[in-house]
Amino acid sequence: MEAYIQGIGVISPQKTFTGNGFLQDAMEYNDVNYIKCLEPVYGDFIDPMVARRMSRIVKMGVCAALKCLRDAGIENPDAIITGTGLGCIEDTEKFLGSLYASEEQLLNPTPFIQSTHNTIAAAIALKLKCNSYNNTYVHRGFSFESALLDSMMLLQEGSASNILTGGMDELTPNSFAITNRLGFWKEKTVNNLRLLDYKNKGSLAGEGVAFFALSHSKNDKSLARISAVSTLYKPQSADEVTARLSGFIQKSAGVAGDIDLVMLGMNGDPVQDKIYHHIMSNFFSPVQCTFYKHLCGEYDTAASFALYLATMIIKEQRVPAILKCNDRPVRKIKNVLIYNHFRNINHAMFLITSC
Amino acid sequence: MSERIFVTGVGIISAIGFDCAETSVALQGSKGGIGRITMLNTFYKDEIPVAEVKAGVPELSAMAKVAENGLFSRTSLLGIIAARQAVMQAQINDISSARTGLISATTVGGMDRSERFYKYYMKNNMRGRLRDIITHDCGDSTESIADALDIKDHVSTISTACSSSANAILVGSRMIKNGILDRVLVGGTDALTLFTLNGFNSLMILDKNGCRPFDEERNGLTLGEGSGFLMIESESTVKKDHKTVLCEITGYGNACDAFHQTASSPEGNGAYLSMKKALDTSGLEPRMIDYINAHGTGTKNNDLSEGKAIERLFGSSIPPCSSTKPFTGHTLGAAGSIEAVLCVLALRNQWIYPNLSFKQQMADLSFSPVTAFQYNIPVRNVMSNSFGFGGNNTSLIFSRN
Repeated sequence: MEAYIQGIGVISPQKTFTGNGFLQDAMEYNDVNYIKCLEPVYGDFIDPMVARRMSRIVKMGVCAALKCLRDAGIENPDAIITGTGLGCIEDTEKFLGSLYASEEQLLNPTPFIQSTHNTIAAAIALKLKCNSYNNTYVHRGFSFESALLDSMMLLQEGSASNILTGGMDELTPNSFAITNRLGFWKEKTVNNLRLLDYKNKGSLAGEGVAFFALSHSKNDKSLARISAVSTLYKPQSADEVTARLSGFIQKSAGVAGDIDLVMLGMNGDPVQDKIYHHIMSNFFSPVQCTFYKHLCGEYDTAASFALYLATMIIKEQRVPAILKCNDRPVRKIKNVLIYNHFRNINHAMFLITSC
Repeated sequence: MSERIFVTGVGIISAIGFDCAETSVALQGSKGGIGRITMLNTFYKDEIPVAEVKAGVPELSAMAKVAENGLFSRTSLLGIIAARQAVMQAQINDISSARTGLISATTVGGMDRSERFYKYYMKNNMRGRLRDIITHDCGDSTESIADALDIKDHVSTISTACSSSANAILVGSRMIKNGILDRVLVGGTDALTLFTLNGFNSLMILDKNGCRPFDEERNGLTLGEGSGFLMIESESTVKKDHKTVLCEITGYGNACDAFHQTASSPEGNGAYLSMKKALDTSGLEPRMIDYINAHGTGTKNNDLSEGKAIERLFGSSIPPCSSTKPFTGHTLGAAGSIEAVLCVLALRNQWIYPNLSFKQQMADLSFSPVTAFQYNIPVRNVMSNSFGFGGNNTSLIFSRN
């Protein structure tokens, strides 16, 4: 199973939607414990009358999706598949809040309607009048991965030629406050670009939307190929991770030496980052390794941001210095391995290849 | 790509029974599960009927064989109960003996606990017990089920509103066809919550008299809760283990109505497409479908739209058709899999279910649903429809093997 990436639409805390070039000037956020998306001018993509009724994540989702399709030169995809850990949480909170505030009386149904996890995929289909396959995955750190897997299956089955696939999660004041109480984030504020320098526990909260136009065949628009995706649920030990990863590499790329660049999901939490260091020293000492969560923050579908970076790196054959966590001789980048885990529960590996 | 998909075990818990045996008795007795609210603490207790699973957390925890430690949402408990039944019927003693996955579905996840949390949190954001919020996300219930049954090879969750668990069955089947897994536990679970009760009430689509699908006088849906799971296995796994097969999944189709966020198109375009796709994958002719378990929520909009789509696809020979939602209520994310389990029982026992509380044919439709329980009818192929908000429509076909 494989998929060619034909177009991208990414909204993140970096200038990924508009801006000059690929990570030319990384956004630096000082004294923060979360970073949020730089939102585009929605009016360029969505009728303001329609946008007014959409929540922030739906607007971001629809915008990124439309830009992605435009980029790929696809009018109407054969499938729309999304992955989101928490879905439209802003509207969920809004409806829950008003339910208690008004003691179940005279509730406005709009936030309820838009609280369902499939709202974004549905809003895109509605905008495109797209009657094709439509699905939404909602499983923590497997949400985007499952969406990708489904997409690759559809391409293999021959039931779709072009698919719009995306991962998205939004951060709200409440979702931050609650996860902060749960100890997900660093107690003191940080500078995002120095995320790995802080040794205390917790990470930096983030959010983002990343859409990919995927195709079953290669053409002159193809940016990169997703060669393999695999997930690992609750590994019991570092050895289990090592075994699975080595099997994955063997099946998809050959040997570890065939990997030209590694992208690791380090998020600044010393305990959660342990496994990445283990992977680095066990497999990839001589290989250029990178990380990315200082740019997007930690969230359920953060691996979709890594997939965006991997695609751009392959396309431009350039590794921005800001991503590097070691320094190895530059070589032609053919195979990029992404390893990401979410709270040490949902582990995922991707192999992205130049085409 | 040629693997056939067989159902080897099913599990169900809903307002009409804690397992398949109880469910079968209620079905045969035309005994619906809709009644007064007793479990939810809501303003609408005496006003809006629902189809509740009449068991609290202690009883559900015991049935689920998990510790009553305050860490499981009602959604998780319902899911574990149905999932265990399916694994047991499939006689799988060692789950790791083949590549086994779990694809569950839910719309509200652990909302029952989130509500408890939010009640205090909204007054002061340092309040609310954190253990009540950690079960909020949809993945939580799935991981509870996976951990209870030790399923590790693939774990995922789908949420496409009221077609969620039909899509779990569809994706699980395709994962076997694609050779990624040998067997998958597929289904869905949803508990009744204030969130959904008030949500559908704010849309003014809850029938105060209980749902009456396909009736001219229908006036909305009735919410239910529960869970349904199916163990599906590849043909080669079934052969290798000499398994008893309950039925085969022969068709599936997913399409998007792309008409409106909550309303279905009047001509039922998405419904037509999902049914058509399911027929196409199965290779069956419309006339070979012996029974349609309709989505049939009882809302003005759904039943008209679905009815029109059925007329368009089946023409003048519409197969016996009914909605079982007056039995179970509309169980949202669990509806697709609960109705899938009912379809498996229909195939196994040669049953067709009545559409309870039906009186008068819809003026806009040329057909009426089945109104009495039917025994000993040749039931070879059954279609099950599940349609959701956002136009997410999925149809499945189950066949006698």
